[in-house]
Amino acid sequence: MNLPFFPEHDNSSFFDLLMKQRPEFTFAVRGLGRSTVPAPEPSSGASALPVPQGTTVLALKYREGVVMAGDRRATEGFQIADRRIEKVFRIDEYSAMAIAGAAGPCIEMAKLFQTELEHYEKLEGVPLSCEGKANKLGQMVKANLPMVFQGLVVMPLYAGYDVARGEGRIFKYDITGGRYEESDYHAVGSGGKDARNTMREHFRRNLSEDEAIKLALLALYNAADEDVGTGGPDLIRGIFPTVKTVSAAGISDVPDQRIRSLYDDLIANRGKGV
Amino acid sequence: MPLPYYVSPEQMMQDKAEYAKKGIAKGRSIIAMEYVDGVLLAADNPSASLHKVSEVYDSIAFAGAGKYSEFENLRKAGIRHADLKGYMYSREDVTARSLANGYSQSLGTIFSQELKPLEVEILVVQVGAAGGPNEIYRISFDGSIFDERNYAVIGGRAEALQNFLKDRFPAQVPALKAALKLCVAALEHGANQKFAPEGLEVAVLDRTRQGRKFRRIPSSEIRQLLSD
Repeated sequence: MNLPFFPEHDNSSFFDLLMKQRPEFTFAVRGLGRSTVPAPEPSSGASALPVPQGTTVLALKYREGVVMAGDRRATEGFQIADRRIEKVFRIDEYSAMAIAGAAGPCIEMAKLFQTELEHYEKLEGVPLSCEGKANKLGQMVKANLPMVFQGLVVMPLYAGYDVARGEGRIFKYDITGGRYEESDYHAVGSGGKDARNTMREHFRRNLSEDEAIKLALLALYNAADEDVGTGGPDLIRGIFPTVKTVSAAGISDVPDQRIRSLYDDLIANRGKGV
Repeated sequence: MPLPYYVSPEQMMQDKAEYAKKGIAKGRSIIAMEYVDGVLLAADNPSASLHKVSEVYDSIAFAGAGKYSEFENLRKAGIRHADLKGYMYSREDVTARSLANGYSQSLGTIFSQELKPLEVEILVVQVGAAGGPNEIYRISFDGSIFDERNYAVIGGRAEALQNFLKDRFPAQVPALKAALKLCVAALEHGANQKFAPEGLEVAVLDRTRQGRKFRRIPSSEIRQLLSD
């Protein structure tokens, strides 16, 4: 086999490379199943396709950066498709991405975004800027637009630590690839509104890491309380939300042990109060 | 109409090889050497931004000697190949062996079919997982491929450096400090001059690292490793 030289290809985007060389591997397959897959009823809200849907994910800023969290449930109509799905992804040393929507394309987009950033960094010798990463993700969401009309919506949330500015940043997107920066917090997915309500009440600027993680868990807990699609902590199986922090020290996972003990406190307080 | 000159295939290949060799010998040398935790890559390179050694994939690195524009193209092609493969299959399915084979095919084809051969010599290096062997492939301008043990040298006075290292490489794989000192001594022997840490480009594939194994060693750390 000859090494692919791509003489006509001289930009540093993996996404462009894939679109040109292997379009069948991108989610933006044009005209896919136009005749076979029925478009969903506009009024039905959720996708008419029987595919697993990821639900609530959120991001909020704290003193050192951004906390990103997501529940672990995927639903397929009124069934639970997966209890342990991961919806918050490590993208590179300074960024995380969380997704709500059709699980398959969501996970694929996260993987592609990971490869995209690493590819750029290796070819150019320097990583993309935080803003550049956020814009690139917007372009990928835009490329997914044909699939949205088939009912396969991907709603990402991007959290990055901007090394140049020395602060954490949160970006949300709409289905057309529109990119909007959030100054404090945001949540998307079926329980997103409930999570946002909780964060609106309790959010302050300059939270400590511990307070921010607590607030993220509380917001997810309340979302699970109100929304059927959002999973709460599963104490019997030991399944807890995914929580990651992005700061100057890089990205790190909050271990299950710590989340469990925070939930124990939260649940104990609930029992007393109401 | 003038008749085209006849040149025998033998003569043509010989001329091309000579041309390529001359170009490569003009450049500076690069050494890849195994050490306890992985593979060390050291190059005589005064530029801090135009790299000769770089990362290709999780545990794979690339080094090129000769004409910058040509090995830079090969490097990029390698990264594209590796990332495509890793995306389509899995990260662990990207191997130095397949990459080195690809390079060998391409260089071989260009050498025999194009008027001007590439004036490059490259190294494709993979650090083995815990306990696994490291792989060092040296690929020449004509596509010939060599599977090297312990150390490999490309560019500049490669043969002189190889002879220098042959007598001095220890029976036991050296630690990072010893390996770097040996590499620098060899480079200095080849260039007949002393190098400041700023004039060296050093990187490692360190199997003890999580995820991506490639790491550049900054000149402050080189200075520290070379002292005492």
